[in-house]
Amino acid sequence: MSVRVSLFVTCIVDQLFPKIGLAMADVLERVGCRVDFPEDQTCCGQPAYNSGYRREAAQVARHFLRVFENADYVVVPSGSCTSMITHHYEDLFRKDPEWAERARRLAPRVWEFSQFLLEVLKIDDVGAHLKKVVTYHDSCHALRELKIHDGPRRLLQRVRGLELREMDTAGECCGFGGTFSVKLPEISGAMLQVKLASILRTGAEAVVSVDASCLMQIRGALSRAGVPVQTLHLAEVLASRERN
Amino acid sequence: MSPSSLVQIRQTLADPGLQAAIYSSTGRLVEKRRQAVVDSDPAEFERWREQAREIKKHTLENLDFYLERLEERLTARGVKVLWAKDGGEVVDFVIRLAREKNARLIVKSKSMTTEEIHLTDRLQEAGLEALETDLGEYIVQLAGQRPSHIVAPALHLTRYQIGDLFHERLGVEREVVPEKQTLIARRTLREKFLAADIGITGANFLVAEAGLVVVVENEGNARLSSSIPRVHIVIAGIEKLIPRTADLAVFLKLLGRSATGQPLTVYTSLLSGPRRPGEIDGPEEVYLILLDNGRTRLLADRAKRQSLYCIRCGACLNHCPVYRKIGGHSYPWVYSGPIGAIITPQFHGVLEEAWLPYASSLCGACAEVCPVKIDIPQILLDLRWESVKAKVRENSSRLERWAFGVWAWVMCHPRIYELASLFSSAITTSEGDGWLKSVPAPFNIGPIRNWLSQRDLPPPPAKTFRQLWRERSGGGPS
Amino acid sequence: MSRDFILHRVRTALGRSAAQPPPPAPEVQLPVREVPLERRIEIFSAALEKLGGRTVVAASAEEARAYAARLVEGKRAVASNAPLLADCGLTSLAGVRSGFSTALELRRALESADVGITGADYALAETGSLVLLSSASEARLVSLLPPVHLAVVLRDRLLTGLDELVSVLPDPAAATSALVIITGPSRTADIEQILVRGVHGPREVHVLLV
Repeated sequence: MSVRVSLFVTCIVDQLFPKIGLAMADVLERVGCRVDFPEDQTCCGQPAYNSGYRREAAQVARHFLRVFENADYVVVPSGSCTSMITHHYEDLFRKDPEWAERARRLAPRVWEFSQFLLEVLKIDDVGAHLKKVVTYHDSCHALRELKIHDGPRRLLQRVRGLELREMDTAGECCGFGGTFSVKLPEISGAMLQVKLASILRTGAEAVVSVDASCLMQIRGALSRAGVPVQTLHLAEVLASRERN
Repeated sequence: MSPSSLVQIRQTLADPGLQAAIYSSTGRLVEKRRQAVVDSDPAEFERWREQAREIKKHTLENLDFYLERLEERLTARGVKVLWAKDGGEVVDFVIRLAREKNARLIVKSKSMTTEEIHLTDRLQEAGLEALETDLGEYIVQLAGQRPSHIVAPALHLTRYQIGDLFHERLGVEREVVPEKQTLIARRTLREKFLAADIGITGANFLVAEAGLVVVVENEGNARLSSSIPRVHIVIAGIEKLIPRTADLAVFLKLLGRSATGQPLTVYTSLLSGPRRPGEIDGPEEVYLILLDNGRTRLLADRAKRQSLYCIRCGACLNHCPVYRKIGGHSYPWVYSGPIGAIITPQFHGVLEEAWLPYASSLCGACAEVCPVKIDIPQILLDLRWESVKAKVRENSSRLERWAFGVWAWVMCHPRIYELASLFSSAITTSEGDGWLKSVPAPFNIGPIRNWLSQRDLPPPPAKTFRQLWRERSGGGPS
Repeated sequence: MSRDFILHRVRTALGRSAAQPPPPAPEVQLPVREVPLERRIEIFSAALEKLGGRTVVAASAEEARAYAARLVEGKRAVASNAPLLADCGLTSLAGVRSGFSTALELRRALESADVGITGADYALAETGSLVLLSSASEARLVSLLPPVHLAVVLRDRLLTGLDELVSVLPDPAAATSALVIITGPSRTADIEQILVRGVHGPREVHVLLV
């Protein structure tokens, strides 16, 4: 009996970091899932919702629901997109009972990637190998809305050759916050510098997170500072079979 | 954003000393709170938070009842209860009373409510000497500045700056040792306490059924202000009410721990009126002024009414990554940090300082620590929505509104959306995997320019995920 | 003043009418744990010490008096009118003045006092706190103005904590115009977050459990 999983890769992965989506698909297939990719998918609507554009967000959310509501499972390489769907769609449709109901029915089947592995498939070892010293960044929505904290760390502990070092500000915001990063860039940048300094203090070679948006923010600063620390999505680490 | 706010934010971000002071002092308070929660048992602490929220919800939903109950109880004990619809009424009353009593010198202890209505300034303008006595507030008053944190008003000043200040304003020798500076303040203010005609305090809680005015502090200046002068005036917002003494126990257990990690502050005063026959000292007259000043407007909004649950602990400030960078002075009103960001637009209008609800990454750290579980991120989202509605009404921010409209349309049309990747490849040129430090001039505008001001842009990949997926699956959709 | 205006606004905001009774307030449980006296004393001493205060468990009135004598030696002290203080012989120590019945006399004495000696109606173990009710025997300022505060408390008045205080004293206003819970010496960290004791209140707190 194999589980059928529909990938919701998220617009940022689709457009900017496709390897993350492929890595996630690789891991899911490796552990025995049948994976499909509904081609009509676009975005969960979060950027508009977070900016106060509820009507536009609702339009996009309705599209999302139409595309995915018949899936067995929807797996997402992002804490913030997952929580948008599972925690905020109900609020978005607070005046629209029909769509609120459709959102409510789908929500239990929508899973952030690490939680899907641990809580649905009940596995923490996906046979990954990666010889690297990494540190883990807790992305805010994952941490506080989905209570994702121990899970990714457990998965990382099972990666052969990997050393995980905790940074002293793991749970502090990297400063992305969607449009916040471009509406108030100086504050976003200042928060980012705090995160950067913390990462450098660990001496890690790479930063791992479950959210590509955080990694984009962090990598942007690492690149600007000319620091050769990598950023890796959890899926990319788990997909890795590098041996030394 | 108003030019003054932007200037203040930039100045604060560019000042390494200030950055260090704000970050380390809030960091210390974060650690103290964390330890206090661990010591009290996190599950227990969580229960207190839940109880506190329920109590505030109940009280505010029946506020008229509890206000009348409080008035009845306190009046029976000799307190004169007054009601002020705005700051002006409070100031007028205090000035009138001062004239009536031939009062010249007023001492007051820390109260955000009095700062909200600029009480000290108005009293000084009326020719009265009105002295802040909380050490941090006293320092800030001498410096002619605004406090920068609810709990630590002088967080932004160094001992050297304070040394200079005391030397200039008090005529004492320049002293830079904090213990000695504190003694200077103690001596100077002790004389004032003993000579004061009126003492003014705020109230942390007003217990309706029990008829109590509760004031908590660490220094002792509130006790002095409420015990030595013949007249004691309490000024408190109408949202400070709670029903019973048992409820007070819940809040006292939360307040100190949330603010500074203390199970109890040094002094917790439960006051219920002027000195009674037989009692040796204490004020002869006690007044309580209940202040509205816009609170009833917030009360009317069901979803955002919870903003009034706030017990002014400062935990949200200490945990907010934005506050920890920009500091209290960057906020336009006396209330700063996440609580300031949600109540300022509600009191003053959502388009006044319209940037405030957006000055957050919605990280949720505030909601996690709020002792009364105010859902600050949700309120920020609601305020952003109201901001957009206001922009629609005023027909402003047309470009942004249009852009989101187009964006939504594209996101609902997958085939059009797929073309977007072609666009992004066109505007950027990248060699290899290098992230982009710049883009061609015509595109270096708006969000792209703002992004690049702080960090590099990711290079668009050669192929999008869906293109790669098609190849991986041997071409063709699922 | 604006009483009717504000009440009207409140009622409109809430959709409530005047004299409409509220639903019952949420249930609040204040569990009081049974803690033996010896343990309460330990907890109290540890809590107060952490705050920079001192606890002395006096086996007898003489021991209490001796401790107080050392504390006030060569100093000026003012004692409140708490009968316990006289019972322990503290009011007859050299340098200790008491028996003030007017605010003016008391204040004058306190202005030059180095030590303030009071009783306490209760103490709270969990937080190392003293609870003082203003009365004819206990003026407010004795525990506040001098830089050193010595409090004498009967050990059977040592409660577990705040919850127990609320259960034994649910209506403080019936007993006094001012109840204060004193938890350690006066303190501030307003200057560079550096802890300084004795800002406006005492910098030293000594508790004698008798």
